[in-house]
Amino acid sequence: MAERILDVKNLKVDFHTYAGEVKAIRDVSFHLDKGETLAIVGESGSGKSVTTKAIIGLLANNAKVVGGEINFNGQDILKKSEKEMQSVRGKEISMIFQDPMTSLDPTMKIGQQIAEPLMKHKGMNKKDAWAKALDMLKAVGITNAEKRINDYPHQFSGGMRQRIVIAIALVCDPEILIADEPTTALDVTVQAQILDLMKEMQAKVKTSIIFITHDLGVVAGMADRVAVMYAGELLEYGTVDEVFYNPQHPYTWGLLNSMPTLASDKLESIPGTPPDLLDPPKGDPFAPRNPYAMKIDAEQKPPFFKVSDTHYAATWLLHPDAPKVTPPEEIVRRQEKYAELMAKKKD
Amino acid sequence: MRKYLLKRVLYMLLTLFLVATITFFLMKLMPGTPYTNQAKMTASQIEIMNKQYGLDKPIWEQYLIYIFGMFHGDFGTSFQYSNQPVAYLISSRLGASMQLGLQAMIFGVFFGVILGAAAAIKHNTWADTGATVIAIIGKSVPNFVLAILLQYYIALKLGWFPIAGWGQFSNTILPTIALGVGPLAETARFIRTSMVEVLNSDYIELAKAKGLSKFEVVYHHALRNSLIPLVTLLGPYTVALMTGSMVIENVFNIPGIGEQFVKSIMTNDYPTIMGVTMVFSIGLVVVILITDIIYGLIDPRIRLEGNGGNK
Repeated sequence: MAERILDVKNLKVDFHTYAGEVKAIRDVSFHLDKGETLAIVGESGSGKSVTTKAIIGLLANNAKVVGGEINFNGQDILKKSEKEMQSVRGKEISMIFQDPMTSLDPTMKIGQQIAEPLMKHKGMNKKDAWAKALDMLKAVGITNAEKRINDYPHQFSGGMRQRIVIAIALVCDPEILIADEPTTALDVTVQAQILDLMKEMQAKVKTSIIFITHDLGVVAGMADRVAVMYAGELLEYGTVDEVFYNPQHPYTWGLLNSMPTLASDKLESIPGTPPDLLDPPKGDPFAPRNPYAMKIDAEQKPPFFKVSDTHYAATWLLHPDAPKVTPPEEIVRRQEKYAELMAKKKD
Repeated sequence: MRKYLLKRVLYMLLTLFLVATITFFLMKLMPGTPYTNQAKMTASQIEIMNKQYGLDKPIWEQYLIYIFGMFHGDFGTSFQYSNQPVAYLISSRLGASMQLGLQAMIFGVFFGVILGAAAAIKHNTWADTGATVIAIIGKSVPNFVLAILLQYYIALKLGWFPIAGWGQFSNTILPTIALGVGPLAETARFIRTSMVEVLNSDYIELAKAKGLSKFEVVYHHALRNSLIPLVTLLGPYTVALMTGSMVIENVFNIPGIGEQFVKSIMTNDYPTIMGVTMVFSIGLVVVILITDIIYGLIDPRIRLEGNGGNK
């Protein structure tokens, strides 16, 4: 078995608001192996970002972890002091944000912005740190790096800025890189370049990646495993093939069905909106929007049913007593393809 | 850069010329003459005086004479202060006003930035409320009230500093505080607002994600970005303080320019009015130019001559 680097157990996060306690993360457990890429997918507000903010210890002031543990290399991060977390952040766990246009300090030379973590964590002097920063700039594909290291963020395009942000995140060879929708704000062509760069850098630095996105198209080419999140809970997780071609949860069906394909000219969507987390539903949170929902879905939260050693889904449809249902056409097509794939593997 | 500066200087001269013109005609529109209060003078004496100072000529001619003189560095002679040249009158008093103004500004900005930053970092806590209260008090208590309170308690009761006068550094401390509390309050308010905004921005999040401590985040990243809006405010404020706060100069008996300005208007001392106005205007346009240059130093996005500003 691969070495586990991160183990999140029963994480619960509440947000304190004037309206009451918003239960943003409700009992989420997952793990991350060394060197792998885990994609967390879900709609806006499903709790993807909050989960990762909890891991890096940068939750908003009104957010509070109310339960669970986050074990990183055998130590519970949640028990660490702010001071101890400062030596984890940027060094062992680092982060890339969504919008490269605003995530660099506009008044600081990019060389200094890349050198900063080195000076902080590795005790380097300015000269050495800048030399390493220059190497890093070259590694992320900034041309004419010797000159551009003295430039300010506004002198770079969005794609170039995201390359610089990646350089900052990876300069200390972190064990975990959290990428929070790193390509959402970029053009499609630039997206592909950034994703390629991330894969390339991952191979070089040997880091594990938690990749947050709502773009399933990006996940397929990027991730080893996928976790599907909804309303602060995990609904399904497995390898990319398992989740993409043999999905079990009706929510995953809905997500995959909503992806535009060349074959159909109609754009599918999931009707309804996510539940209000001030007063979360007690059963399957997706039940109100689920055309396949049964009575029990509204009353009792489904446990994770095992599909394979790596593939689990929380839906009552997997219970032995559940009636057989036929998923949407697109999903059936995918599952047929998956059966073919598995058959080929056996041969 | 040189071309830019040249262009700016030309605009500055044009501005000053317009200021001089407008002030000149406005001044002539004021009621009264320089001799209104001199009851002892006879009509013929006044006529002689008018002739002596060229006040008998048509206004447009007086205007041309004045502008011509000004371009040669001749600001005329004061009507009030025993025939002293205005240039001398101003230069002998400008020093005190400038020193006091500058000191007050440095005092105000330094403590204002600290207070404002502290309030922003401790946003929505008692420290924030405390800083805001101090800022409101500083802004709403008139500086002469504060000046008198300082004189009474610090100078008279405690005897730490002289009550009034000018000459030694200890003389300057109380007026500096009295004059500086206004800019202190204004700066604190400004820095607080802009820093709260900056602290919520993505690059601060990234700085935290680098593992920087709270102090490093504020000192290396938040402060500089929060200062940008303040620079606009500081320029005109500095000039206003340097050219003197008449009341403070009066309270502390400081030989500054502010007091003189008011007196010259009351007595229709035309050359002095013009002189002081021009000094004020020159100060303002120069400070605005300096402000623009400082802007560029703080914020690379508006640097005047970007090297390779290719986006």
